[in-house]
Amino acid sequence: MPGVRVLIGTRKGAFVATSDAGRRSWQVEGPHFGGWEIYHLKGSPVNPDRIWASQSTGWFGQLVQRSDDGGRTWDAVGKDFAYASVPGTHQWYDGTPHPWEFARVWHFEPSHVDADTVFAGVEDAALFKTTDGGQTWQELAGLREHGSGPHWQPGAGGMCLHTIVLDPADPQRILVAISAAGVFRSEDGGATWHASNEGLQSGEIPDPEANVGHCVHNLAMHPARPQTVYMQKHWDVMRSDDGGASWREVSGNLPSDFGFPIDVHAHDPETVFVVPIESDSLHYPPEGKLRVYRSRTGGDDWEALTKGLPQENCFVNVLRDAMAVDSLDECGVYFGTTGGQVYCSPDGGDSWAPIVEHLPAVLSVEVQTLS
Amino acid sequence: MTRVVLPYHLRQLAKVDGEVTVDGSTVREVLDALESEHPVLRGTIRDSTGKRRAFVRWFACQEDLSHNDVDQPLPEAVLDGREPLLVVGAMAGG
Repeated sequence: MPGVRVLIGTRKGAFVATSDAGRRSWQVEGPHFGGWEIYHLKGSPVNPDRIWASQSTGWFGQLVQRSDDGGRTWDAVGKDFAYASVPGTHQWYDGTPHPWEFARVWHFEPSHVDADTVFAGVEDAALFKTTDGGQTWQELAGLREHGSGPHWQPGAGGMCLHTIVLDPADPQRILVAISAAGVFRSEDGGATWHASNEGLQSGEIPDPEANVGHCVHNLAMHPARPQTVYMQKHWDVMRSDDGGASWREVSGNLPSDFGFPIDVHAHDPETVFVVPIESDSLHYPPEGKLRVYRSRTGGDDWEALTKGLPQENCFVNVLRDAMAVDSLDECGVYFGTTGGQVYCSPDGGDSWAPIVEHLPAVLSVEVQTLS
Repeated sequence: MTRVVLPYHLRQLAKVDGEVTVDGSTVREVLDALESEHPVLRGTIRDSTGKRRAFVRWFACQEDLSHNDVDQPLPEAVLDGREPLLVVGAMAGG
C-alpha cells in the first residue's frame, strides 16, 4: 500500500512519522537517540529500508547510525572522518587563517545506484564517501584542495558542507554547497572540482561577485531536468539552467529573499517552494506569518501559501535541510520549524496541517515515498 | 577489575546499565579496555588522536584526574574496587 515515511532530525533526537497516501493521519515514533543532535537523516533510493542518521553532541562527538529496517532499529557504523591530507587553513570569522578541524556531519546523500555508497558533507567543509555501507569513509580531497580552500570562511553555524546534489542521470555529476564558500561542481564523480558561482552577488563580502565566499544556503534539482538547479542563497533566490555553471536571480515578488530551504515539486520542474525569512538579523518570518511561497513559473512570480499555517505571532525559523517533497501522484510538501512543528501539505502546497507539534527544534526533514 | 561510571549518553550507546568493570590500573588502560569491549565508545571520550574531549573529565576519590598523566596509576581505592572511576560530561543547559 503506498504511503510515506518522514524522517525528522531535531536538536534532541530523531523521529519517524508514517502515513498512508492520504497523508492526513500520522503515526510518530521516537525519539531515537534522545538528547543527541540529529543533523540529518536520509534513506537510500535503492533500498528505502536503509536509513542514515548523523548523531552528534559537543560532548561526545560524532556517530553515524544506520538502520536496515526503515528506522525501527539502528546500529552504529564507522565514524572516522579523517581528512585525506594535511588539512591546512581556511579563513576564520575575522579573516585570519584557521586550521581545518572536523566538527560534525551535516548531510548524508545516499547514492542513486548503490545502497552501500553514501556521500557525507561535514564541518569543517569537506566531502566524504563510503562504498562499504558506512564502515569506512574516504575524503574526496580534490574539493578541499582544488585551490580556493584557504579563502573559505564559516557562516554563523560553522564552515559546513551542507548540500550535496547528485544527478540521477549521471553519477559523475555532483554539486555541493558550502557556507560560506559557495557552490562547487564535479563532472568526474568527485575527483576534481571547480567553483560554480558565476552570477551570484553577495553584499556581505568585499567583492560581491567573487569566485568564492558566497553563503549559499541550499540547492534543489528536479530529477527529470538536472540542468536546472534552484538556489536559496543567504539573500536571493537563484536559478541555473546550465547545471550550475551560471546563475540568475528569480526572487521576483517574494516579501523577503532571505531564507534557508528550497525544493522542487516532484512532477513539475518549474514549481518551486521557499520559506521567506525576514532577514539575517531576525531569523523569523515576515509579519509573524508562516508562509511557504510557491512559484509555478520557475521563479520570479511567487504566491503565498497560508491555508493551515499560523498567520499571527509565529516567529520560528525553517532550516536549510528541513523541507522535502514526496513523489505520490499529488505531490506532498513537508517542512519542520525550530519551534518543533512538522507540517505536511498533501496537495502541492495548497493546504497544510501539522504532522506533529512540540518536538525539539527541527534540523532536518526528509520524506520517503513507499510503494 | 576497575569500576567505571559512565554518563547517561555513553551508557545508552554502550547499551549498559549502571557501572561497568574493565581491566586496567591507569586511565589509559581503563579507557583502552573500555573502548575494546565497547567499540561504539571509541572517539566519544577521547577523540581520534587520543586526546580527552574538551567537555569530558575523569574523577575519582573526590579528585579531578583529568589533567594527570594518563599513565599514572589510579588511586588505591579505585584499584582495590572501593571507589569507581567517574567519566563525567561537563554540566550544561539547553
